[in-house]
Amino acid sequence: MSFLAKPAIFLLCLAPGAYLAYAVYLAFTGGENLLGPDPAQFLSLETGEWAIRLLILSLAITPLRYLFNWPVLFRFRRMIGLFAYFYVCMHLLVFLMFLLQWQWGDIGTEIAERPFITIGFAAFIILTPLAATSLNIAQRKLGRNWKRLHRLTYAASILGALHVIWIVRSSYFDAVLYGGVVALLLGYRLLRKYSKAVQQFSLLK
Amino acid sequence: MIIKTRKEIPSSEITPEAVYRDRRKFLKSSLAVGAGGTGLLTSALNAQTGDALFARAPADINLASKPDWLVEKAAARTEAPASGPFNTDEELTPFDDVSTYNNFYEFGTGKDDPARNARDFSIEPWTVKVEGECAKPGSYSLEDILKPHTFEERVFRLRCVEAWSMVIPWVGFSLGDLLKRFEPTGDANYVQFDTLVDSEQMPAQRSRFATIDWPYQEGLRMDEAMHPLATIATGLYNDILPAQNGAPLRLVVPWKYGFKSIKSIVAIRFTKTMPNNTWRDLQASEYGFYANVNPQVSHPRWSQASERRLPTSLFMPRRIDTMMFNGYADEVASLYDGMDLRRFY
Repeated sequence: MSFLAKPAIFLLCLAPGAYLAYAVYLAFTGGENLLGPDPAQFLSLETGEWAIRLLILSLAITPLRYLFNWPVLFRFRRMIGLFAYFYVCMHLLVFLMFLLQWQWGDIGTEIAERPFITIGFAAFIILTPLAATSLNIAQRKLGRNWKRLHRLTYAASILGALHVIWIVRSSYFDAVLYGGVVALLLGYRLLRKYSKAVQQFSLLK
Repeated sequence: MIIKTRKEIPSSEITPEAVYRDRRKFLKSSLAVGAGGTGLLTSALNAQTGDALFARAPADINLASKPDWLVEKAAARTEAPASGPFNTDEELTPFDDVSTYNNFYEFGTGKDDPARNARDFSIEPWTVKVEGECAKPGSYSLEDILKPHTFEERVFRLRCVEAWSMVIPWVGFSLGDLLKRFEPTGDANYVQFDTLVDSEQMPAQRSRFATIDWPYQEGLRMDEAMHPLATIATGLYNDILPAQNGAPLRLVVPWKYGFKSIKSIVAIRFTKTMPNNTWRDLQASEYGFYANVNPQVSHPRWSQASERRLPTSLFMPRRIDTMMFNGYADEVASLYDGMDLRRFY
């Protein structure tokens, strides 16, 4: 059954985007309104949340693989990372197209003057070369540098968490959740690098 | 994963805005023809509220119970004047959107949380404490507070600091008329309001992650509070306020960002010095005391130059320029003569 795992995870990752795309299609054709009275804002929130969730999930693969002695997880890491980038792109596209309506003057101002948008945009820039070098051939050509390059995910996830923390209003919940998980996942890597005990520790033998 | 779908109300149950307006006109003209005393007027209006065009299931109002006297007062409201600041010919935001798209953080952080979590909110009994620099402090029941006032329909633009806006037909009366009854003293330079604290009814008040130190508080300078546009709202459209919109009474200050319009008021406090207001206390660099709608002063998170008028759509968006004092500059600009509005945002 394991050959089904990859397509299943692919469909799971795709589902929220497919639903939103369907809702946008209905909005375009004048069908039922699934997006509420402020659709651009709704789409922006949804795509953003899925982007950070999948980014964190891609970051969780390595710790989970070691903690649960579960090497097969590595098979899904690239796909999940690419989906994270897909939702980041959708998030940016919704912002530019639906919230700013391609008003180029405003786009520059928004990116330059709103710190949470600046760091969100920086995360997008950082993730772009990673997505571009995701194919096996790039991995082979880059050799050891591929791994170095892809450590930039750490920076992108920190920026992503800051992006969430910066927009806290009435509740710290999202900030604590996403910030906390990113801190744990990066903290584990640090510990693992310097501690033999952590390297050998596994919940499942 | 939670994908939120909106509960669809059959279109047959929604009063189109044009019909809502025409009904009012029709009522007015038929009353003008047949009008006798005010008793007739009241009963005619009451009869109309039972009409299928106006009717909504009581559940839509999301309250555990609706006080009859309050429902009757809302139904007997006088119509908004045809022109002037108490009305606008802009398209009304439908009841469905006004009552499902709310920032009311006591009931949750999402826009649709209040409509879901305020479902059995109880406004009986309701007490308003009046304190501070006034001759008649005390605890007043909801009836004490509202009964002496004639309710009016007031159609105002509501501009949220998050850069969206609505047009809402409120039911209410001038805040100043209420405040005068408590005989504020010469030391009453400001007035502060508190929202209810009741973590049993307001689930987000139980959250360990809340940034707000309950109760939610807001304040006005006394001259702002006495301005006739500053409104105590007790209803919207043809009924009393839904819980998620701030039942049973709330402030509506149409020239200020929405967060000034505090909901579900339980305390009114006259003070000598500028009182706390929740968002300024949380983040003074982002939210001020005055919070006048001002397209020239942008918020660190949102440009305030334009707004999305709700409901808007993806492909034919209603993005409009924001007006100084939300379009009420002729009425209120003089309150701020000589003040640097960049400093006192």
